[in-house]
Formats: sequence, C-alpha cells, structure tokens
Amino acid sequence: MNRWEPVIGLEIHVHLKTRTKMFCACAVEYGAEPNTLTCPVCLGHPGTLPVPNARAVEWTVKLGLALGCEIAAHAVFHRKNYFYPDLAKGYQISQYDEPLCRDGRFLVPTAEGELEVGIVRAHLEEDAAKIVHVGGAGGRIGGADYSLVDYNRAGTPLVEIVTRPDLRSADDARRFLQLLRQTIVELGISDAEMEKGTLRADANISVRRAGDTGLRTRTELKNMNSFSFIARGIEAELARQVEVWESGGEVVQQTYDFHADTGALTARRTKEEAEDYRYFPEPDLVPLSPPPELVEPVRRQLPELPGARVGRLRADLDFEAATGLVTSGRDRLFEAVVAAGGEPRPTANVLMNQFATAGVDPAAVEADEFAKLIAARDRIPRDTFLRAVAESGRPGFAAEPYLAEAAISDTDALAPLVERVLAENPKQVASYRGGKEGVLGFFVGQVMRETRGKADPKVVNELVREKLRA
Amino acid sequence: MIDTLRLTAEEASGLLERGEVSPAELHAAYLGAIEERDGELNAYLRTVAELDGEGVPIAFKDLISTRGVETTAGSRILSGYTPVFDATVATRCREAGLPLLGKTNMDEFAMGSSTENSGFGPTRNPWDPERVPGGSSGGSAAAVAAGLAPWALGSDTGGSVKQPAALCGVVGLRPTYGTVSRYGILAFASSLDQIGPLTKTVRDCALLYRTIAGRDPCDSTTVDLPGPVELPEGEDLRRVRIGLPRQMLELEGIEPGVARAVESALDLARELGAEVAECELPRSVEYGLPCYYLIAPAEASSNLARYDGVRYGLRVDEAWELDAMYERTRDAGFGDEPKRRIMLGTYALSAGYYEAYYGQAQKVRTLIRREHEAVFECFDLIASATSPTVAFPLGAKTQNPLAMYASDLLTIPSNLAGLPGLSIPCGLADALPVGLQLIGPQFSENLLFRAGHALEQALAFDAVPARLAGAAT
Ligand SMILES: [Zn+2]
Repeated sequence: MNRWEPVIGLEIHVHLKTRTKMFCACAVEYGAEPNTLTCPVCLGHPGTLPVPNARAVEWTVKLGLALGCEIAAHAVFHRKNYFYPDLAKGYQISQYDEPLCRDGRFLVPTAEGELEVGIVRAHLEEDAAKIVHVGGAGGRIGGADYSLVDYNRAGTPLVEIVTRPDLRSADDARRFLQLLRQTIVELGISDAEMEKGTLRADANISVRRAGDTGLRTRTELKNMNSFSFIARGIEAELARQVEVWESGGEVVQQTYDFHADTGALTARRTKEEAEDYRYFPEPDLVPLSPPPELVEPVRRQLPELPGARVGRLRADLDFEAATGLVTSGRDRLFEAVVAAGGEPRPTANVLMNQFATAGVDPAAVEADEFAKLIAARDRIPRDTFLRAVAESGRPGFAAEPYLAEAAISDTDALAPLVERVLAENPKQVASYRGGKEGVLGFFVGQVMRETRGKADPKVVNELVREKLRA
Repeated sequence: MIDTLRLTAEEASGLLERGEVSPAELHAAYLGAIEERDGELNAYLRTVAELDGEGVPIAFKDLISTRGVETTAGSRILSGYTPVFDATVATRCREAGLPLLGKTNMDEFAMGSSTENSGFGPTRNPWDPERVPGGSSGGSAAAVAAGLAPWALGSDTGGSVKQPAALCGVVGLRPTYGTVSRYGILAFASSLDQIGPLTKTVRDCALLYRTIAGRDPCDSTTVDLPGPVELPEGEDLRRVRIGLPRQMLELEGIEPGVARAVESALDLARELGAEVAECELPRSVEYGLPCYYLIAPAEASSNLARYDGVRYGLRVDEAWELDAMYERTRDAGFGDEPKRRIMLGTYALSAGYYEAYYGQAQKVRTLIRREHEAVFECFDLIASATSPTVAFPLGAKTQNPLAMYASDLLTIPSNLAGLPGLSIPCGLADALPVGLQLIGPQFSENLLFRAGHALEQALAFDAVPARLAGAAT
C-alpha cells in the first residue's frame, strides 16, 4: 500500500511595526492602557473616513518583493462585512481579489536541496479590536459575566500571506516559517514574535496517497503560538487524518485548535451556515497604484535574503549549521570571522554554542578580534576563552590581553617544573614505573596546579611521559 | 427690519460689511423667523442659539457632523448622538466665519425624496404646507425658501439637493464627485454622496461652493479643483451648446406644466445666444434608476452596519445577548426605508448574487459615464427638468416606494456619472415651482454658474412663496 503524503499550506498574519495605524494617525503600541490609542476613525464614528498609511503600503511592497511576488499595478481595498463588537465599522477593510502582492515563490534550503513554496498572495488589512471576556470559564464568551472591548488594536496594519499547499511535512512548515520570520525581521517591518502575537500562522492540512495528484478534504489548524507547537500540531493532525482514512472514515472540513500542553486537538463548533462576508470594493478609498518609482527603489535596496545566504554558507558548513547561523542572525558575523582567517567549522560551532549562551549581540562584534580568539581557542585556558567570548561584544574589545593568558606550552619552561614534581614524589614515580599508568594524571594535575591552570595540558602530558620513560 | 424672506446671502454679507447690521442682529433675525414660521414647516430639527462667527449664518442638513451639536441624520437610532469632531465642510464654514443657525430635517440617512422618511416628522413645503418639500435635503431647501436661512448645505446622492431645490423654488448644486470633502458626513452611499449648497441665487451658490470645495487630506477621494471658483457676472449664453436628451424630454410621467416651464426657459436660453439641440442618453435614462437602486443600497447596507448599539446612539438591550441586542436596536432605531434598502443592498452583495446585481450595476455605471462623455463631445451642457413633477401632497407616495424612487429619474443618471448639476427655479406650474437641471462635464461648475446666472437674470423668478410674500413686509 502507498504511504500517505502530507499536503500543507500556511496562512500567516504579520503585524507591521509602523508608527501609526493603517487608516488613522493613532499610535501603534503594545501594552498601553486599554482604549487610550483611539480616535473617531478607528472607533468607527459616523462620518469618519480611512486614509491609507503610505509606510504600511511601502512595507507590504517590500515584503512582497522579498517573497518574489508580482506587485499589482492596480490593487483594491475591499470591505469584509460582518457584525461583531471587535469591528467598530461593521466591516473590516481588507483586500480580496486584487491584492497588493501575488504569485510569489519563496525558496527554503533543506538538507535535501531547495524547497520551493508558492506564495498565492500577500495583502494589507486592518486588525480588529481585542475582546476580553470577564468571568465564566477560561476567558471564553460562553458563560462570561460581561465582555470588554479594547480598541487600541483596532485598525493596526496587518499583512496576510497565503502559501500554496506546497509543504510536505511538519518540519518543512516549521523551516519555512522560521526562514520567513527571519526575512521579515531583517526587512525591519515587524518584530514577528509569535509569543507576542505579532506573527500568527494557521495551517491548512490534508493527506493523500503518495503519487496522487488530487487533493482530499482539508482541515484548518489554529491557535499555535510557537514554531515547535506548529510542528507538533501539524504532526498530530496528520496522524489523526491518516487514522480516519485508514479506519474507513472520512475527514470532515473543520477548524481545530491544538493544545500544546496536552497535545490534544479540539474541533471548533461548526457554524450552521457558512459566513458570507459580502466583499465589495471600499468606496471610501481609491485603488492603490504603487508606481514603478516607488517599487523599483525598494526592489534595488532589498538586502540579500536569508534563504540565499543559507545556500551560500552550505559551501563551508552542513545544512543544520548554515540554517542555524542564518535564522539566529549570526551568519554575517560568521562570514566576517571566516574572512578574517577563522576556520569555518570551529567558528560556526563557537557562534552557535558559547557565543549564543553568552547572549552577545553579533552586530557589536569586531570580526578580526573574534578570529584571533577562534585561532587561539586551544592554546588559552577554557575559562579565559569563555570570558573572552562573553566580552567580545563590548566596545573596544581586543583579543590580545586574553591571548597573553596563553597556556604555557613551552617545553623549556615546563621541563624544570616537571622534573621537580617527579623528584618530590618518588613513591608515585615508583608505582608508575611498576605498571600503574593511572598515576600519570596525578603528575599532570600537580603541574597544572603549580602553573595555576596556565600550562597546556597536552604539552605537560607529553613531557611527563617522556621524563618517566627516561 | 431685516426681510429674511428676500435677503440673499450676498446682500446679507454686504449689510454686515457696511456695518448696517451686526452679526448678532442678523443671526437673531433668522432665529426669529424660525420661531415664527418653523412650527408649521418643521425644517429644523434643532437650532443653535449662541453666535459663533461674524459672517452670514448658515443651516446644515443633519448628517453633517457638528462638534458638540447633536447630529442624527434624521434617524432615531442616533437620537442623542453628539459628534466629538466637525465635518470638514463644517470646519471650512467655521473658518469662513459662518455661524451655525441649526440642523435641518431630512429623510432618514438621506433615503427618500420627500423628507417624509424623517424619524422626527415630515417637513412641509413653504409654497403649500400640504405638500412635500422634496428630499432628502427637504429641511435645508424649505429653510432657504421660507427665509429661515440665507443659505444652507444639503447632500445629494441620487438627487437630494437638486430635487428639493426644484420643489421649493431655490437654487441647488450637486458638485462634481470628489470636489467637496465627505469627511464627517454620515454616509449613505459613499461613491455617490456629495455635499452641496442650497441658496436663493446662483451667485450665492458659487460663493458657498467656493467656501467648501477643495481637496481634503481626510478624504482620499477628494481632488484639487482645476482652478478658482468664479462668481458669475455675464448675462448671455453666446456659443454655449446645450443638449436636450430626447429620452428625458419624452419621459413618461413628466407633468405638462413642468414640461412647459422648462420649454420656455430653453426658449429664453436660445434668445440669450445658446445653441440648443436634442441629444441622446438612452441607456442612462433606461438603466439609471435600477443601477442606482443596486449600488446605493449595497453601499448603504455596509455604511449603516456601524449603528449597532455598541458604542453610541440607541441601544435596546433587555436580553443581554449580543445578537438580540443588535436585532432589537436596529429594529427599533431604523425606519422602514433604511430597513428596505439595507435588505436590498445585503441581497445585492450576497455570494452568488454579487455578479448578477452589484457587479452588473458597476458595469452599467461605466456605460452611463461613457454615454455622458460622448454627449459632451458635442455639447457644453445638458438640460432637462430637475423633477418630473412639482411638489406632491404629503402621503401621496409613501405607500408606493417605486413611485417615490421615480422622483429622481432625471437626477440619477448624471449622479452615477459623477457629474455636477445645478437646479434653478424656472417658473411655476399650478402655482408651484419648477426646477431646470443643468448638467456639465466634471469640474464644469464655473460654466454651470455662468449659465445658471444668465438664465436666472432673464427668468426673473420671484423666489418668495406667494403665500408668505404678503405675510412679511
Ligand atoms: Zn485612530
């Protein structure tokens, strides 16, 4: 029997970190007192009109270009109509069949080569307000005593990215998202933090027999607020669907929540009738026509994107190390250190371990000095090395003083000390010569103590063996 | 004594400039006239006693947001709603020093052609209180006709400035779409709504248009005017080519008296040097009304969604349950006409019907725009009656929405095309005023004012309702 092939598409929401909201001049800020960042426009007062945020449009174009999208010459805002207290106007201004960006492709390097993920669209819209249900169980509306609305979030700019169902495993989905997140952060348009909700991802999931080309019924998975939850949630849903099909059942189109604490999936209550949002072109706004004078400079100024950089690092490193460096934002430092003479593998290793643990800002590090440190890492005491790595982001950091603490590896300097230690411990010398080779460590330890740890243990070891043989 | 029945805004401005009348005296004179005559007419929903400005006072249709002054759009759902900001047109009038006299009555959310759909009782026509003033800006038109305001602002979506101007014997302008800001205007149909002046003379109309027009950063659909607004001086129509759409002349339902008054006005135009000839607008006239009654209700169904009882205005909430609160609030707050149009519009936008209704109407709208453009290749202006009928009796059409909708048959086509239109009184039929509608290409307001002014001088229409003329001296 053929194995099952996962078919996964993602829908990602990104909060832009513009100074002001999408259609009014209110500030965009997290954690402000409820309803302090509001005005008649974002409160939907009668007669108010939206004025688009030019920066948000420019940033969406930037993101679209980074996703390899076509930028529409004529994009239209639509109204999405529905009643809910989080929607002050009774409609959300969004985009529908003429989005700002469409038909892109995003390349994700994997161990097996590049994975191409099609981008259906990336569009701009306004977020809804936040509702807090007070009393009752678990902050849900059912059973709540009352509900409060905070309009600070109402009208903040949001980009929605929709991928084609091109992902074939939970791991691919996680990789795609991590690389996308890094791209967004580097473009400087969003903090894209899943924990804060400035990056949200929903997954559309189905399975089919390997080799089939058609698609089976898909389900939607929501409520996943970290990369690992997304991978685990998708795994769980894939397993559930395979089991349904294999037991002769049928997957039903539905929305599920993944509960990371229990690993359980719960189906959302299905609505009796499908929601009809009655989309129509927003008559209060004229169509967006980003002119080439706006798009081309943005295109020219696009930095080299993370995906391309992973590809480049693969010349020197394995896939995991290359991805790790790029998605942690340490790859540029890596390349600078290598250019300054650092060996690639040890450099990557130090950056992903000791450097990461110390929490140093890669942008603050002088590559030349860091390269010296890497070159000397075996010669200087381990404590000294760790201290130097932790300090490497300080202004004016120089490797020299740490290198001066170099391990004593000079045979001429160490020989008299070794001879003295042997002379002072005749009993141990005798037992070594009598076959107890384990005593070797005792002599090395004595020498190390005498040098307060500065001796090169390898050299000391050699020297002790040599003298004992004599 | 100040004769508010006859005083034009321009004359009032002269009195103020020469110090013959103080701003307070002028303001008080109008408040006195309102006190005296508005009990019968109900043109005002509320007046403003305090004087704010040194210029000629003005009345606003009650869908123009006025900071600190209740604004209801004629709807009970907004009873007690007081805006925290001024509409841009209100700001511009304030900056020009025009003190507010009050807020005028209207069909609820500008939906209607008789001002009978107001949630606060109908307005009556100053020429005959048993008849309607037209609508939806009936309060503003009646106030100007009865000398209760020297000038006023109304709004025009399908003909709501031009038609009541015609029925009340005053001048009304619907400006080119995009020349006057909609910021702060309680929206009915965003792609059609335009604020326009209602005045006693064409020159007053130009003065007020000059005050309110121009791009507004708060309304992205506004544009800069191509040039300054000119006050009309000339009294001839030499080399002005006027087209008469055959389909409008031959329209079934045009009252003979209306047709005669329009005909004689056009004869005068010829005498003033205009070249008058027939032209064709077949699709605009045939499909204008159905097209309008898909687009306007569709937009309205969305624009009126915000009146949900959550943040302001009426809330009916005995059930403490969200959907029930929405339903009861909107059921109690909206009158029949908004409900009818919300249903029509919701249907037109629904999945499966969008293409057949709203989508199709948009295509027809493009066709209507093109048909008008083609006429303007050969003509400078288009002329027709503004309304097929004179003012009709109260209650005559309230039971028949389609008959009421037909009141706007002649004003709707050019509105869909986004074109400016001026209505001037051109005579009487059965002792009631008849309006002549002049339509021009986009941004042709200066030409409309010039032609309107020349005809106005030649027609010498007495804008004072006969029954009031004797009363005040
Ligand atoms: Zn705001």
